Amino acid sequence: MSVEILGTYAVTLFLLIGSGFAAVGVLGLLKFNDSMTRLHAPTKVGTVGIGALLLASVGHSFLIGGSSMHELLIMAFLFVTAPISANFIAKVNIHSRSCETPPAPLQDSTWSTLNVPEEEREVEEKPS
Amino acid sequence: MTRARNWLLPHPFLTLLLAVVWMLLQNEVSAGMVVFGVILGIIIPKITAIWWPDTPKGFRLGKMITYSFIVLWDILVANIQVAWIVLSVPNSKLRPAWIVVPLELRQPEAITMLAGTITLTPGTVSADLSSAGHSLLVHVLHTDDPDAIRDEIKSRYERRLMEIFQ
Repeated sequence: MSVEILGTYAVTLFLLIGSGFAAVGVLGLLKFNDSMTRLHAPTKVGTVGIGALLLASVGHSFLIGGSSMHELLIMAFLFVTAPISANFIAKVNIHSRSCETPPAPLQDSTWSTLNVPEEEREVEEKPS
Repeated sequence: MTRARNWLLPHPFLTLLLAVVWMLLQNEVSAGMVVFGVILGIIIPKITAIWWPDTPKGFRLGKMITYSFIVLWDILVANIQVAWIVLSVPNSKLRPAWIVVPLELRQPEAITMLAGTITLTPGTVSADLSSAGHSLLVHVLHTDDPDAIRDEIKSRYERRLMEIFQ
């Protein structure tokens, strides 16, 4: 077996793993019924799914002769930005009261998201 | 001498990082690219200095590298765990919970890294920081024992970050 064939198999394997994880992420997003639990599926499963797809891309570019390192950068930026978007969605959930109210912090008075004077809050509270 | 160095390189690791990112963007390693990367690495921290008011006092690169590998491994394990929960646990049996993690870390950079790590690892998403930054609000996807997860975050990640940023 030559290197090309082995490489092609490796690329295929990574493509399958990546798309499998991405599919599970989407399934989780559809399946869970609460906005906070929905947040978990895409933030985590998405990173490895895309990571595996990018590895496949690196492998393929080495196979056809050119080497490409852009994928490493994409992965680094993804790892840096995924927590931030998750954090913002979580904050919106806390604000709009679409999840259980979080417990009070141990030492300080409140969570920084909720630390706004009542009259400046722009998100309307849902009637319960 | 140290003053000149502090003026030119207020954030040496940021300079290094920017140079490496530039070379990765260009997709080639040559003398010209190294020089241009270093120039960018010196100019960009200068221009954005207003958003970097104080440098972290100590920063241990070696421990940081070990930490990155631990986190990468945990991300891999976390993904398989979460994928398993998505596929096997029915919604009615899912037990999500809020956890309050008291923080011993004080530097903003270190807390940011801890929050990012928590979001990327086993079934947890960091949601908020308390108003004076003394505790972190974490949401867990599925757990029977929230205290165990809090202790794991403290012993596995926070202790290591305390050693990195001293």
